Amino acid sequence: MSSKSSGWVNKATAVLVKDIRTELRTRYSLNALFMFAFTTLVVVSFSLRQAALKVDILAALYWIIIFFASMSALAGVFIKEEDTKTAQTLKLYAKPSVIYTGKLVYNIILLLLLCLLVTPLFVILMDVSVPDPLPFVVVILLGAIGLAGATTLIGAIVAKANVRGALFAVLSFPILLPLLVAAIGGTNAVLSGDGWIGAENDIKLLIAYAVIMIAISVVLFDFVWNG
Amino acid sequence: MTSMVRKALQFGLFLLLAGVIWFSFSTPAPQQQIGQASRIFYYHIPMAWLTVVAYAVSLIFSIKFLRTKRELDDYRALWAAEIGTMFCVLATISGSLFAKVTWGVYWNWSEPRMLSIFLLLLIYGAYLALRAAIPNPERRGILGAVYSIFAFPTVPFFIFVMPRIMPSLHPTNSVVNQNLKFTMGLEVRLIFFVSLFCFTVIFFWIYFLGVKLHRLKLEHAES
Repeated sequence: MSSKSSGWVNKATAVLVKDIRTELRTRYSLNALFMFAFTTLVVVSFSLRQAALKVDILAALYWIIIFFASMSALAGVFIKEEDTKTAQTLKLYAKPSVIYTGKLVYNIILLLLLCLLVTPLFVILMDVSVPDPLPFVVVILLGAIGLAGATTLIGAIVAKANVRGALFAVLSFPILLPLLVAAIGGTNAVLSGDGWIGAENDIKLLIAYAVIMIAISVVLFDFVWNG
Repeated sequence: MTSMVRKALQFGLFLLLAGVIWFSFSTPAPQQQIGQASRIFYYHIPMAWLTVVAYAVSLIFSIKFLRTKRELDDYRALWAAEIGTMFCVLATISGSLFAKVTWGVYWNWSEPRMLSIFLLLLIYGAYLALRAAIPNPERRGILGAVYSIFAFPTVPFFIFVMPRIMPSLHPTNSVVNQNLKFTMGLEVRLIFFVSLFCFTVIFFWIYFLGVKLHRLKLEHAES
C-alpha cells in the first residue's frame, strides 16, 4: 500500500517536473503571463495616476488584474498537450488523478509566482498601505489556490474545444464568482485594518471553495481526460 | 393517454392560466406598499423557479449521460438547459423591471438574488457556448455534462451563503417571512400557487414534446 501511494506521488511529481522543465525551455506561457499581468497593472496605475483610491476599489482592482492575467495562462498546461499531441502518451503513463494533481500543482505554482510579482508592484505603484501583512498574504494565497483549483479542470475542457481563448474566460467567470466575492471581501477587510477578525468569514469561504472545487475536479477530470 | 384525455387536460390548463391572468389583475395588489407593480410577483417567481428546475433537470441528465453515454440523455440535458435559458432571460427582465419600479434602479450588484439569477444566466450561456465550440457529438455531450456539474456548487453559494453576508433588498418578508411561513392572504396564495403549477406544467409539456421529437428523429435516422 505504501509503495503504491509513493508511486502515485512520484508519478504526479514527474508530471509536474516535466511541465516545469518544458516551460523553462520555451518560457512561452511564463513570459506571456508575467508581461500580461505587468501591462495590466501599469495600465491601471497609469490611467488612475495619483487619484486617492478607497480601499474597496483597490481590493477589486487587485483581483481583476489577477483574474485576467490568470485567464491568459492557466489553460496553457492542457492546450500544450493537445497541440503537441502528447496527451495520448501521457494517458498511457498514468491515471487521470495523477495527471490532474501534477497539472494542478503546476498551475498553483504559476499563480503564486504571478502573485509574488504583482503584489509588491501593486503595493508600490498604487501606494497601498498594508496594516497587517500576514492575513493579507493568507487571503492572497488562498485566493490563488482556489483560482488555480477551479480553472485547472476548465483548462482541460477548453483544450478539447475549438475556440479556446475566449471560451476559457467565459467558462471560468461564473465558477469563479464566489471566489472573487470572497477574495475581494477578504482583501478589503485586511487593507482596511480589520485584520484576522474582519477577514475571518471570507477566509473560511475561500478554504471551503478551494476544497469543494478541487474535490469535484478530481472526480470529473476522468471524464474530460478520456472523453 | 388517449387523445381525448390529453385534449381535456390541455383545455383545463388553458382555463387555469386564463383564470390566473384574469384574477392576478382583478384582485387587489398583493403588496400594499409596492402597489400595482407587485402583481408581477405572480409571474416573476414562477419564471425564477423554473430557471432552477430546468437546471436541476439538466444536471440530473448530465450525470446520467456520463454513466450511460446515451445520446437521448444528452439531448434531455441540452433541451432542459435551452428552455431554462428562456425562463432565465424572462426572470431577469421581469425582475429588473420590478427593481426599477421599487428601488429606482434596473440593476443592483449588491442584491444576492439578482446575483444568483445572473449567475444562472452566465452558466447557461457558458454551457451553450461550450457546446457550440465542440464538433464531435459524444465529446460535446461529455464536456457539456462535466461543465454543468462543475458549475453547480456555485448556485447554492449564491442562494444560501450570499444573502447572509449581504443585506437583501428583496421584499422577502412581505411574501415569505424568515420561517418560510406565508403571511399573505388566502386569495393571493391561491392565485400564486395556481400560477406556479401552470408554469411548471407548461415547462414539462415543452420539455417532453422536445424529447419526443428528438427520439422520433433518432428512430427515423436509424431506419
